[in-house]
Amino acid sequence: MPLLIRWLKSAALEVQEYAYLTCASFTGAFSRPFYRHDIVEQFDLIGFGSLTVVLLSGLFTGMALASQSGLTLDQFGARPVVGRLVGASMIKELGPVLTALMLTGRIGSGIAAEIGSMVVGDQINALRALGTDPVRKLVVPRMLAGIIMAPVLTVVSDFIGILGGWVVARYQLQVNSSLYWASVTKGLYMDDVWMGLSKPFVFGFLIVTIACHVGLRTSGGTAGVGKATTLSVVAGSVAVIAADFFVTQIFIGFIY
Amino acid sequence: MPTYSPTSDEARQILSETGAPVVVFDHVQLAFDEKVVLRDVSFTLIKGHTKVILGASGSGKSTALKIMVGLLKADGGVVWVNGQRVDQLTEGQLMAVRNDLGMIFQEGALFDSLTVRENVGYKLYEETNMPLEEVDRRVEEVLGFIDLEEHIDKMPSELSGGQRRRVAIARAMAFKPSIMLYDEATTGLDPITATTVDDEMIKLRDLEKVSSLIVTHQLRDAFYVATHMAVRDARGHPQILPATPEKERETEFIMLRDGVIIFEGDAASLRQSKDPYIVDFLS
Repeated sequence: MPLLIRWLKSAALEVQEYAYLTCASFTGAFSRPFYRHDIVEQFDLIGFGSLTVVLLSGLFTGMALASQSGLTLDQFGARPVVGRLVGASMIKELGPVLTALMLTGRIGSGIAAEIGSMVVGDQINALRALGTDPVRKLVVPRMLAGIIMAPVLTVVSDFIGILGGWVVARYQLQVNSSLYWASVTKGLYMDDVWMGLSKPFVFGFLIVTIACHVGLRTSGGTAGVGKATTLSVVAGSVAVIAADFFVTQIFIGFIY
Repeated sequence: MPTYSPTSDEARQILSETGAPVVVFDHVQLAFDEKVVLRDVSFTLIKGHTKVILGASGSGKSTALKIMVGLLKADGGVVWVNGQRVDQLTEGQLMAVRNDLGMIFQEGALFDSLTVRENVGYKLYEETNMPLEEVDRRVEEVLGFIDLEEHIDKMPSELSGGQRRRVAIARAMAFKPSIMLYDEATTGLDPITATTVDDEMIKLRDLEKVSSLIVTHQLRDAFYVATHMAVRDARGHPQILPATPEKERETEFIMLRDGVIIFEGDAASLRQSKDPYIVDFLS
């Protein structure tokens, strides 16, 4: 029983600290001082820096999806509608989720390791002693970059995934190009696009704030930095998948 | 004691006088869960003087410094820094107090992704509206003071341990604070390198009139700082000389043991103490 109480207390403390961090980050995003140089740097690191991994994961996902669904659709003689399946799957589900998972691996781990190292090296205390609020200097730029760049990267991933699907449809499944692109557009509704574009905002916010929270709570020297990095990826990935379910439910309930 | 606002003229007038108390710890207490870190700790740092806090690892020395800067909050007692009660200020209000406090952390705590120039000028670049040319000039001036101008464009990882500590001192003094807090600034350094760091502390205290609070368990360094003084020679170059008796008395020692002050006095009284723990510590 005491073990359970201690666990509950520790979980409640984590939630409280996370809530405090997100509130402080939103306050910092809309009030001075702003660290413009850091904001631009984080947009570049999180956005442009993640382009390669997002392009590759999007391309191969679209290609694999077209290849797999082509086999299944063949059973119903529906190979020409492969574009509809690839387009809808990429835009509504796979594009946002896979991009977010790639970002969790690349950005979430990097943020937790960087901030965790600063914590164990007393650099966060040094920042505070020099009159800088670490939330405004470190968390706000990353949060803004995460919220803005995750949707941009998702759009890139969606497009390249559908393009990859076209390559497989055209050269492996022998589907006519115009038929593929017509099928993609015919299978898409604006509600799907809104859903696909809304999710990355939530994912970007979750990935970055969880990584910053875990990084700032690092303790236990270099071993602690390793644990923080792992925890940031695990917690970020689970949060993305859970948030995906809830956002989907909200859209199904209120929009469709 | 009355509460002064940051802009209080009365506080400013008192602080401008010789012998003004710039840091006051009044019955400060702190515990982490069951472990008591500081128990009823009281002391005063006089303007322009040096206070050396000695004690074994875990005796609460660094914690006292962190409370002073507002990085930790005390459970009880009152802490005054430059006429402001830091124990009652919010994180935002503390930023103003920290503008006059320079802190050197254990291992230096330099920002490892920034160059020496960016580290030293960090506060001036990021937290002030000072023109960039002026900041650059100030950074070069400060690095000249500690004889590290040639390392200005290096990364912290390219510096030796002693150089990193000296850059940390340069970073803390760049914005001309009136109080410097040294947290184990010489720990882990060889005696010769440690002396170069000690010399910087002495130069800052005597040539820049900075009040100093030194936390250490390195007795050699503590006594070196207490028994030496800095003066400028005829060409204006700083020189380190043995301190005069009056100058020696401006450095006071505090010995902490398990969060309790067991000694307070000058270097001579410390050496003459008959307390078995102090005798053991000094031997």
